[in-house]
Parts: sequence; C-alpha cells; structure tokens
Amino acid sequence: MESVFFTIFSIMAIAGGFFTIAKKNPLASAMSLTVTFLAIAGMYSLLNAPILAVFQILVYAGAIMVLVVFVIMLINQPDEEYAKEKIGKARLTIGIVLGVGLLSVLLKVIGSINIPMPSETPIGFGSIEQVGQTLFRSYLYPFEIISILLLVAIVGAVILAARHRL
Amino acid sequence: MDPKAYLTVAAILFVLGVEGFLLRRNMIIILMSVELMLNAVNLTLVTFARMNLDMDAHVVAFFAMALAAAESSVGLAIVIAVFRLKRTANVDDMSIMKG
Repeated sequence: MESVFFTIFSIMAIAGGFFTIAKKNPLASAMSLTVTFLAIAGMYSLLNAPILAVFQILVYAGAIMVLVVFVIMLINQPDEEYAKEKIGKARLTIGIVLGVGLLSVLLKVIGSINIPMPSETPIGFGSIEQVGQTLFRSYLYPFEIISILLLVAIVGAVILAARHRL
Repeated sequence: MDPKAYLTVAAILFVLGVEGFLLRRNMIIILMSVELMLNAVNLTLVTFARMNLDMDAHVVAFFAMALAAAESSVGLAIVIAVFRLKRTANVDDMSIMKG
C-alpha cells in the first residue's frame, strides 16, 4: 500500500518540479510547484510526520504560493514578454552537463547508504505532542531566534516593497 | 519501504531546482527554484528522521520552513522593487552594477 502511494506521490513531485522549471509562464510554474508541494506533503505523511505534512500544506502550498501568485499578478506582463526569455545553447548545454554530474554524485552517495528503514515506529513518533516536546525543550532558543528572523523579514519586505520612502 | 527511493526523489527534485536556478532568467521562477531545493532538502531530513527514529530532524525541517517563508517574502519584495525601477522581471536586463 505504501509503495502504491509512494509511486503516485513521486510521479506528481517530479512532474511538478519539471514543469516548474520548464514552463514559460510563471503562473503555470507556480501551479506546478503547488502540485510538487502537495506531493511532498503526502510523502511526509508516509514517513510518519503528519505534523510536517500539515505545515507543508499550510505554509508552502498555502502562504508562500499565495504570495508568489500575488507578485505574479502585480507584475502582470503579457505573454509576449515571457516568450522573450532566451536561454542560449551554450548555457543550456553547460547547465544540463552540470546537472547530470551533480545527480550522478548524489545517486552514488545515496547508493552507498545501507541502513534499512525500521518497519515499526514507536508510539507517538512524529505526533504533535512529541515534536512539540522536542521543539520547546531542546530547541527553545532557536525557536525564539526564528521569530526574530521572521520579524526582520516582515520589516524588510515592507520597506523594500513600499512605494514611498518611509 | 527502502529509504533510497525517498532519497532519490529528493535528489532529483534538488537537481531540478539547481537547473531552474541556473538556466531560467525570470526572477520569480528563480525564487521558485530555490523553494524547490529547500523542499528537497526537507524531504531528505524527514527521511533520515524516519530511518533513525529521531525527531530532531522534524524540528530542523520546521525551522527550514520558517526560513523559506522569510526568504521568499524578502525575495519577492526585491522583485517588486526592481520591477518598479526597470519594468522587467528578467535578470539579463538588470546590469546596473556592471562597470
């Protein structure tokens, strides 16, 4: 059963990722990326991480994609403008060669891993309660610092995007 | 289920993100490629968490999500600011800093 779902999600994720970088129109890219995010959320739930699956859908497929789509609509260029994007032959060749090289290195490293996946997980693995315990016991300071980071990001985004000097 | 299958999918997604970052010229698509790479790394983290039955990686993936949200909001604000200045989202047209 797991392998059936895994096959579906992996096809969704890779097809979505491919169309994200292949489509000329950014809106089509954004929709393909949403499919990838949803497929990855599905994989998180297969990997016993339900809380991360929920956050994946809420934060990525929800908040970040809404932000991206809003910026695409604010910029709102005609299709001819997107069609003007030119990728040179030399750049394409070098890019694909580098990509294949990187992928072969990564696959070689992955092939050398010999740890089997435990078939059973302890009760409560990946539950909200247990992840919360880890988050607020071992990672309390990083959690507080990430809130400051988010505050700085909000202020920075407002200052950068503001029409007039504040 | 073999963990190598998950890790392979994550590797393919990461390489797709790298390709998009290197090849595409549209700023918004470049930002989306970065998001794709961050997601691939998160998937790797969660797979390793499941392999070692250790939930610390879930917390790290959670932090990576917060980081991605901050990064994309600032990045898109820069896209808007540059678009106002140059009327384009193509990175090849942005050469103010070229001497």
